[in-house]
Order: sequence, then C-alpha cells, then structure tokens
Amino acid sequence: MIYDWLHDITGSELLAAFIQSWLPLLLFILPFVLVAVLAERKVSAHMQDRLGPMRVGYHGVLQTIADLIKLLQKEDITASANDRKLFNLAPLLVFAGSYAAFAAIPFSGAFIGSQIELGLIYIVAVTGLVVAGILMAGWASNNKYSLLGAMRAAAQIISYEIPTLLIILTVIMVTGTVNLHTLSEMQTGYFWNWMILGGPEFGLQKFLLIPFMMMGFLIIFISMLAEVNRTPFDIPEAESELVSGFHTEYSGMKFAMFFLAEYANMFAISAIIAVLFFGGFQSPFGYLGNSLGWEWLVPFEQFFWFTVKGLFFIFVQMWLRWTLPRFRVDQLMAFCWKYMIPFAFVILIIVGLITVL
Amino acid sequence: MALKTEEMILNMGPQHPSTHGVLRLELKLEGEIISDVIPHIGYLHRCFEKHAEAMTYPQVIPYTDRMDYLAAMYNEFGYALAVERLMGIEVPERVEYIRVIMGELQRIASHLVALGTYGADIGAFTPFLYCFRDREKILHLFEITCGARLLYNYIWIGGVSHDLHPDFIRLTRDFITEFKPNIKELNDLLSYNQIFIDRTANVAPLPKETAINYGITGPNLRASGVKWDLRKDDPYSVYHKFDYEIPVGSGERGKTGDCWDRYIIRVREMEESLKIIEQAIEQIPDGDVTSAIPKRVKPPVGQIYTRVENPRGELGYFIISDGSLNPYRIKVRAPSFVNLSIMGELCKGWMVADVVAILGSIDIVLGEIDR
Repeated sequence: MIYDWLHDITGSELLAAFIQSWLPLLLFILPFVLVAVLAERKVSAHMQDRLGPMRVGYHGVLQTIADLIKLLQKEDITASANDRKLFNLAPLLVFAGSYAAFAAIPFSGAFIGSQIELGLIYIVAVTGLVVAGILMAGWASNNKYSLLGAMRAAAQIISYEIPTLLIILTVIMVTGTVNLHTLSEMQTGYFWNWMILGGPEFGLQKFLLIPFMMMGFLIIFISMLAEVNRTPFDIPEAESELVSGFHTEYSGMKFAMFFLAEYANMFAISAIIAVLFFGGFQSPFGYLGNSLGWEWLVPFEQFFWFTVKGLFFIFVQMWLRWTLPRFRVDQLMAFCWKYMIPFAFVILIIVGLITVL
Repeated sequence: MALKTEEMILNMGPQHPSTHGVLRLELKLEGEIISDVIPHIGYLHRCFEKHAEAMTYPQVIPYTDRMDYLAAMYNEFGYALAVERLMGIEVPERVEYIRVIMGELQRIASHLVALGTYGADIGAFTPFLYCFRDREKILHLFEITCGARLLYNYIWIGGVSHDLHPDFIRLTRDFITEFKPNIKELNDLLSYNQIFIDRTANVAPLPKETAINYGITGPNLRASGVKWDLRKDDPYSVYHKFDYEIPVGSGERGKTGDCWDRYIIRVREMEESLKIIEQAIEQIPDGDVTSAIPKRVKPPVGQIYTRVENPRGELGYFIISDGSLNPYRIKVRAPSFVNLSIMGELCKGWMVADVVAILGSIDIVLGEIDR
C-alpha cells in the first residue's frame, strides 16, 4: 500500500522501491534503538536500586543521542594485524542480516516491506547471514578473545536454530501458511483467536492445541534468546570471560553497527514471536477505527498494537538479562540438544497428529 | 595428512574485567579446556615490608590499610595486636569490643564485595549492586566513626583513635535489622538460582588434604570441610565471649569444597558475624579508649608472630624488634597470596568460563598479594 502510494508520487518503480527499503530503518529501527538503549539502561537501573542516566535532558531521555554523537566522532581503530577486508565487511554483514529480516515483518495491515509468500522462511534464512558476519569479525580481529567468542557464537546460533525451526514448522502445520501477513490476518478478532490460545478455528482442536502452543512458545522464546545472544545465553560476548567477545576489537561506528544489529535483532525476534503466537498486528479486542467508522485509523492502531507487543517481549528480555546469571558453553549446548530439540520434536509430532485428526 | 596443532596461550589480564585487580593469568588452552594456569603477580608491588623498616611502629598502620584494601580494619587489628603482644600492653575492654565490632563489620563488607563480584563474574550483574548497596551502609558506619570510608587508620597500638560516635550503636542495630532480609534476597536471587548452581556446584572441588598441603586458610579451607577458624582455634581479643558457629562446607549441591561451597560459606559467615555484632553491642562496657596508647612505641628486643582470622584467611604478622623506634623486619603472611597458589591445581581440565568462576570463588585481593 505504501509502495503504491510512493509509486504514484514519484512515478518511478525503482525510486519507490528504494525509498520504501529505507523506511523501516529511518522510521522504525533507528528511533527504536534510541528508545530501547535508554529503556535498557533505565529498566536495569530501576531493577538495581539505581536511577540510571539522569543528566542529559529530563531523566536522561537524550542520553542515547549524546552517546551516538560520541560514537560518531570516535576514532575508527584498525589494528595492523587485522584482516582489513573481512574486518570492515563483518559489521555490515551482521547489520544487513538483521535489517533484511525487517523487510518481511508486517508492522500493520498497510505497512509491510515486502509481501513475500515465504516470509517466515525468508527471515530464518537471512538471519543466517549474522553467523557468517560474527565468524568473520572474530577471525579478522586477530584477537584470541574475539576468536573464542566467534566460535562460541557460531556453535550456539546454529544449534538453537533447530528448535526454532521445529516450532515454526509446528505453527505452519496448524495455519498452513508461511506468509507473515496472512498469518497475522488469520488471527484477527479477539485475543482468543491468537495461536497461543489454539488459533482462530473454534472446536476440539483448539483446546487440544492450547498446552502445546504454550510449550512451543516457551521453547521458541528461549531458543530465540540464544540466537540473539541475550542473557542467560550471552556467552559469545560474556563480559567477565571474553572481555566483549567477537566485537572486542571494534570501535566507533563499526561497533555501533553491531550494537544497532543487536537491538534490531531483539525487535525482530519479538516481532516473529508476536506474529506466530500473539496475533501479529491484530488488536486483542477489536478496533476503535471500525467502531467509529474511521477506516483510516485501523492501520495506525495495528501499528500501535504491533509495537506494544514487540516492546513487551523486549521488556521481558531485559528483565531476564538483569536477573539471571549466564550458562557455560557446554551446558548451553547440552541444554539445546538434550532438552529443547527432543521437546520440540515431540510437540511437532503431537501437533501434527492433532491437525490430522 | 595430520594437521599441526599447538596449545593456544591466552593472556588473561592484567587488563581484564574479572581478574579482580591487576593479575595476569597465563592460560594454556586446548580449545576451551585449560591445560595449565600460571599466575603472574607483582603489578601492585609497593615494597610495604621494606618500607616499614624505615618508619616508626605507629607510622606503619596506614600502610597496613593499603594491603587488603577491602578489609583494612582487620589488617590494622592484626598489626596492633602483634605490637601490643610484643610490648606486653593490656588494652581496655571497651577497645577490644570496638575492635571486634569493627572487624566483624569489615568481614561483612568484605564478603559482600566477594559475593557481589562473584555474581558479576558468573554473569548476574544485579546482585553485585545489591551487595554494594548494603556495603555502603557499613562504610557509612565507619565514616561516622573515623571519617574514612576505605583506609581508616582507626585501630592504633594500645587503643583506637576515636571513641564510637554517640549514634553508632543505634545505627548498627538499624543496619542489622535492614541487612537480615537482604541476605535472604541475595539467596533467592543468586545463591539458589539453578543456573548459578549449575555454573558453580561440582566445579573445581578442593579436597581437604590438598587444601591443607597448600596452606589454604579462611573460607576456602572451611568450604573443603575443615573446621579451622582462628577466632575459635587460637582465640584473640574478646572473641571467646560470644556465641557463634563456624560454618563448614558439606557439598550441599555438589562435591565438598566446590565453588558453590566456597560461595555459600561466605554468605553463612555474614550471618554469624551479625550474631557476634549483635552480642557485642549489647555487652560493650563503658570506658576510655585512648588511655593505653603508649607515648613512645619502643618494643623490647625480640620477635613475635601473631595471626588473626581476616575475611580471607590467616593474616599473620612476623615482627622482629631490635629495641629501636623502627621495626627491624616485618613479614606479612598474606592469605590471598597463599590462596592464589592453588589456582593452577584447581583450574586444570576446566573450561575458560570456569577460570573466572574459580578465581572469583577464591576471593583474592591483589593489593595484599603484591604488598
């Protein structure tokens, strides 16, 4: 819809596509990161009996902007023993991987970067780029801590993609679509039509599905936390062991790229979970726009609900981060292969049986 | 074709977030498994022992503060005790009580730092700040007493520099009532957290015999199941007047003497220290605190070894006097130094992530190791 509108204004397909591809970054990711970094600091501060940033602006609201300016003017250090090409490419690749995922995320009924039929599969595929970027960063830094961090990250992300995919498959079996937009549209109406509560079709199947969908949600949430390296799975950048893992050697804007990618990833996984289990951009209880007869209000409401759901899951991620200690590498792998994957398989099989019946 | 493989050497520190100061650990790695650990120390060396030979006995006290800067009160306590025994000074009873109260408060403050930073090493940052919040209250008590928050110069030979602040007893009582629920909070948040237990229980258990052979003292020794505490086993000051327990490790969540045992011993010692403080502020007699301070500290010719139970273990002072105003020789047996020697033995076969857990559980202070 936005694309058509841009097309009408500019009169050129290429220009419209170009502008549209920048929109999520400028309209959403950058402002979101600004808010999320501050939120992270404030949330952690208040959990720890502190106040957090208080000096720049009212209660420190401008702190992130000040930090960003500081990062922009920092020296871009490249050690002489670094592999220049890979070193410079790695942050771009990591950021590209997480940014590309936003193309298929349905922010509202009217705004979705690209209505890819294989949306869900596409997201899983492009986020795979991140692993390559992290390995590159670790290797090119020529630093032992970075290398250890990158090796851990690769092992962790690849392992945890398996339970994630298994649960995604489970949901696909029930809905029969991998298009994220269609998936969200399916769960319209009230919150009991959400997938976590068994999906939109009322009947015996719905009630049978509820416990398995809840377990599936838990598994996918945990494994996605591991995929984006958040506590308790922040092993690749474990501060107390590896200084800061694969991005130890990065400074200035290159470091900012990793940082941006991390927060963009946090939102991406929250968005996927929201779409899969919590109705995507659908409101939990009807739309104000529909009841008032203002059709134009509905997409905005949808955007609002989508952001609220995304932010809620981000809050949960922060909450976990500031509460839990971190696993050890072997424990993390054992947890994935011994518990998550078998459980995910069992859920897959049982849900398959339920849908066949 | 066989690939050429070699050990990777990883230098951990001196600039590393969790080596608890300027310690450098040379790790020999096979993948993530440790094959050897060599600690390199000396980055903080200040020639304390040699320096002390050029100063009079009272002038040494501020320098003892700077050894174990997390337990400065106890360093002064031990030093003052050694010189008093050498000179045969009887200190008033009120002074003894004040010293015990200060020493036990210092023990709690020191353990709080140990526990908080241990949580941070394992990846839980919030307990760290909770511990520092409580330590802040103890530092406030020290501040109203002697004006300093870290390096006190409070316990003098034959007495203490000031009497207690009129509000001290009341504020200490307030602290105890506030602090007891916070220990429970720490246990709920960290000690009995399943991830924390997985990370620390069964990790690097220290057998009783090895601990004794290496001369390990303090909470690390007690965690291995040896009930050895100088406050009970070689009593000094007025510790015999109080009723308290010596917690020992029992392998509650894993093997005896593992990292979790070393951690939980410190939590329990804080509870026992609270008991001592509670009894001491009930019983503390009135009196003058400066009456026994000698005008000229000139011990007779002789030598003495005095040891006290510092938060980290047996802190010993060996002093030789040649009858002049300056000590002929002061040798300090620093518990952290001895405890660090077990590092290579403990770390072998564990992973890089465990080195941090093991080092944190030994609880060293580099200021004392290097002196």
